Amino acid sequence: MEHIAPNPWVALAYLASGILFILALRGLSSPSSSRKGNRFGMLGMLIAVVTTLITHEIASLPEILGALAIGGGIGWIIARRIAMTDMPQLVAAFHSLVGLAAVLVGWAAYLNPEAFGIAGTDGLINPVSRVELGLGIAIGAITFSGSIIAFLKLAGTMSGKPILLPMRHVINLGTLLGIIGLIGWFTQDQSLWVIATVTALAFLIGFLLIVPIGGADMPVVVSMLNSYSGWAAAAMGFTLHNTAMIITGALVGSSGAILSYIMCKAMNRGFLSVIAGGFGAVASNGDAAKTDRPWKRGSAEDAAFLLGEAEQVIIIPGYGMAVAQAQHVLREMGDQLKAKGVRVKYAIHPVAGRMPGHMNVLLAEANVPYDEVFELEDINGEFAQTDVAFIIGANDVVNPAAKTDKSSPIYGMPVFDVEKAKTIMFIKRSMGGVGYAGVDNDVFYMDQTMMLLADAKKMVEDIVKALQH
Amino acid sequence: MDFISILSIFVMACFVGYYVVWSVTPALHTPLMAVTNAISSVIVVGALVASAAAGNATSKWLGLLAVVLASVNIFGGFAVTARMLAMYKKKEKK
Repeated sequence: MEHIAPNPWVALAYLASGILFILALRGLSSPSSSRKGNRFGMLGMLIAVVTTLITHEIASLPEILGALAIGGGIGWIIARRIAMTDMPQLVAAFHSLVGLAAVLVGWAAYLNPEAFGIAGTDGLINPVSRVELGLGIAIGAITFSGSIIAFLKLAGTMSGKPILLPMRHVINLGTLLGIIGLIGWFTQDQSLWVIATVTALAFLIGFLLIVPIGGADMPVVVSMLNSYSGWAAAAMGFTLHNTAMIITGALVGSSGAILSYIMCKAMNRGFLSVIAGGFGAVASNGDAAKTDRPWKRGSAEDAAFLLGEAEQVIIIPGYGMAVAQAQHVLREMGDQLKAKGVRVKYAIHPVAGRMPGHMNVLLAEANVPYDEVFELEDINGEFAQTDVAFIIGANDVVNPAAKTDKSSPIYGMPVFDVEKAKTIMFIKRSMGGVGYAGVDNDVFYMDQTMMLLADAKKMVEDIVKALQH
Repeated sequence: MDFISILSIFVMACFVGYYVVWSVTPALHTPLMAVTNAISSVIVVGALVASAAAGNATSKWLGLLAVVLASVNIFGGFAVTARMLAMYKKKEKK
């Protein structure tokens, strides 16, 4: 067996691009260093691509350059045009592309093993490489079909409600075992049907795994698929003996895994229970949302008056703000309040929105300075000294039942202590709907709570108008 | 390279990834996902190898298609990350 890369400079070049990728992630430790980090990432990618092109004999350069130009052009246009509220869908779509690319590369390596240096002297693929190939294709295929479903759910094309198949755990486990068994068999028999069946089963299980998971669990799903796309790249790196791919795969794999962990912890749920799916499917059909308790409705003028008199206001945005596209007018409200001498802070729960950091990006888009934006644990102690807690499009993350009611599905989830604030303003479309968890929220009925029932954007616009008088 | 050296690189890189990612500020978790997306498209290396090689036409076309997909991700991922990061600003000094 012969390997293509005896030149140590080539290996060093790939190592350099791996290190540049590490620096790209390292840059994200603070917004000020992040832009430099991103440039390191681009440089790393450039080195990897150029190294590959100059160290291989290329039979088809025009086609390759054409392919790079077509893909690059499409990617560039999408990146310029996409609305920030659509970031979760975009990320899911991009994950699916990595997954599919991994499947295609795996198949190409299977069909032309000499080109990848994984063929033995007898022309057959080395057994170790077969396992790596099988895993790479399987993980890639799961990433692809799973991300497609996640994309459809996030884009609203497919209902965000969990879809529960009967016997799904048995089916999933059987499919998974089938894939593992076939990859084992692949080491003995490298026939086409084996790898074709592995690919088909992996596409199927990616679909089956994501379909039963509901919309608000998507932060976990998107992070998990992020992780898978990394493992797929790593598996291909093993096949190709390429350090850039292995380092990157490991980085991306751990990154996605850590994000999934953070998201699960922020919901106080086990990773397995999220993956098993079905959360909220039963409760939301129940009669949890009885609103026969007394509650107070406020107008935009009332809200504007109280906000204007306040010393400190904490704004808690949630997914509803993203849906209503209310981030820009919200920042306008914040500016007006600041002009009146009110201290304005934004409080973001780790699972607010549909992907990690979703709310931060939207606020950044609306030009909210990032040093006015705080994480849950940094701001939760401040509600007692806060005049108004302003909740816009969030619900479960301010539900005190998470602290007191052991029978509640969200019990144990860390939540904002909004009930300590002097006044709570709660923007909500109507009293009927409940949060994702399908449980009633005691905050609605508290003495200091003012319900502002309207579309979030409309309501904040009215408050801004009222503040101008 | 033998399997064990490759495995060592992989395991070490997992540890590096673990510590680097925990140091990422939560406010930048969305850009983190976008940029990890872009860099995982380093899989384009495999796609280039497949499309550069002579010998098997199917393999070449699969490779070329993978190059297209990966480059959507590379350009799209880095560009959208840059766009997001450009929005994170500090409070302007009065």
